[in-house]
Amino acid sequence: MKWARMAAIIFLLTVAGACLLANFVAPASYAYQFREEPDAAVSRHHPLGTDDLGRDRFSRLLYGTRVSLLLAPAAAVLASLLGLLIGGLAGFAGGWTERLVMSATDLFLSLPWLFLLLTVRAVLPLNVSPILSVTITFALLGCLGWAGAARMICADARSVRESEFVLLARASGNSGFRLLWRHVLPNLRPIALAQFWISIPVFIITEANLGMLGLGISEPLPSWGSLLRELQSYTAITGQPVQFVPLILFIAVIGSFHLVLHDEELTV
Amino acid sequence: MRQLAKHVLKLVITLLLGGLLAATLVRFAPGFGMDEAQLDIRLNNQSIDALKRQSKEGLGAFYVHYCERLLRGDFGMSRTLERPVAELIRERMPETLKSVALGLLLGWTLGLSLACLTAMARSAALDSIAGIFCGTLLCIPAAVLAILFVIAQAPERLVLAAVAFPQIYRYARNLLIRSMNQPHVLTGWAKGLGNLRLLFWHVLRPAAPQLLAVAGVSASLAFTAAIPVEALCDLPGVGQLAWKAAMGRDLYLLVTLTVLVTAVTLIANSTCELLGNMLGTRHA
Repeated sequence: MKWARMAAIIFLLTVAGACLLANFVAPASYAYQFREEPDAAVSRHHPLGTDDLGRDRFSRLLYGTRVSLLLAPAAAVLASLLGLLIGGLAGFAGGWTERLVMSATDLFLSLPWLFLLLTVRAVLPLNVSPILSVTITFALLGCLGWAGAARMICADARSVRESEFVLLARASGNSGFRLLWRHVLPNLRPIALAQFWISIPVFIITEANLGMLGLGISEPLPSWGSLLRELQSYTAITGQPVQFVPLILFIAVIGSFHLVLHDEELTV
Repeated sequence: MRQLAKHVLKLVITLLLGGLLAATLVRFAPGFGMDEAQLDIRLNNQSIDALKRQSKEGLGAFYVHYCERLLRGDFGMSRTLERPVAELIRERMPETLKSVALGLLLGWTLGLSLACLTAMARSAALDSIAGIFCGTLLCIPAAVLAILFVIAQAPERLVLAAVAFPQIYRYARNLLIRSMNQPHVLTGWAKGLGNLRLLFWHVLRPAAPQLLAVAGVSASLAFTAAIPVEALCDLPGVGQLAWKAAMGRDLYLLVTLTVLVTAVTLIANSTCELLGNMLGTRHA
């Protein structure tokens, strides 16, 4: 499966590169409306046609992918750091602290993810600027997605705490903080990294679900959620097959993440 | 019996803590205490004072009152739909339970059957085809699957099965393949034991506790997927209600629904865990 993993990595890098260069590659801005050409078919000027508001689909796809591909890893970093902090400290401390923190983690994990997300999202204002909506959406994903990572990291921290080298370091007179900083945390890096990779596709899919429900990123800023929402207006008679391109790209990107992860999980 | 008591206690504590979390969200949400009823000229001063006192109570008092009301079966009023929350839940819960039950039943039947077939056939081609198919389904958000079902004019209730099936297949396949590679199973295979006997007696039985644990998780998965599916397919269930509540920032309704669904999924998880423990003990 090495070749499949390599192909997935190359594909992800190509997509990420194209999205980062969206300002140069895209034929128009994501918000620019070609008012004379709503629902235009595929042409040289519009490689994927235009949407019902006359906006170039290809440009929106590039910018939307950029939003999701840049911010889902940012949210994953936040979730993994929180998981590392909470799980690492709990596993290192052990005893009642560990039990208490793990009970809180269990409670968090037992709450249905999307229900919790909807509730917290509804607490915050819904009609906000696109930039603020992006920040809110991905910050929420990062802040609420720590529990799974914390559980895994805690189990690893426990085994590191009980390992011989930590025992030796303790016997050599290392204090609690030094022990944690120099010996425990560096050994938790691989599991935290694996959790980071696992979180990215989960957050991208969740953002897409939220976006399709109208609770994600505000218009006109595109994201995969808003791009896939266009499928709601698809009909067999008037619909254009190019409307499915965002979905195909979405499946390819998430599938590539899964392929990369498959090996990542095995190495940890 | 002791295990059952332990599970019930854990369930109650989790629900109490979940309720506290929910009450905290409602109490500190922007706009809490801004009740239009305070402006109602038909109310006398005493009633308005009572409303104001209620809106100023601290988290502790608010939580106690909240729990009291829940225990009495008074889930409050929905601000957006202007109807009692209990009535709305009574009306919509059967629809969601029906969808979830059908989705899980179909998902489990398909997922487990395919996993058994893949594990028993030991064919790389079949494993790859099933893996690619389920992998693709796993990459599609539940909301998109719902839309695709609407476009294809397929029965919307089957979307939950399409969401649960690949997850069940993936876990079941890994579990069964691990069981298949156990030395006693390989010995049975080498000695010419029949495929079905091998599957039911030596592969599925030891894997049953873990499969039951997956069953509990799949209930939570199905309830979560019910929100986009019911919202986009216009199915009048609890998921659609949660979506409407979120769009209208009807926190009281949303929080009550979250606590209720949490309770249902926790009960499902605990039951599966208990059954799994029982089976595990018997098998050992």
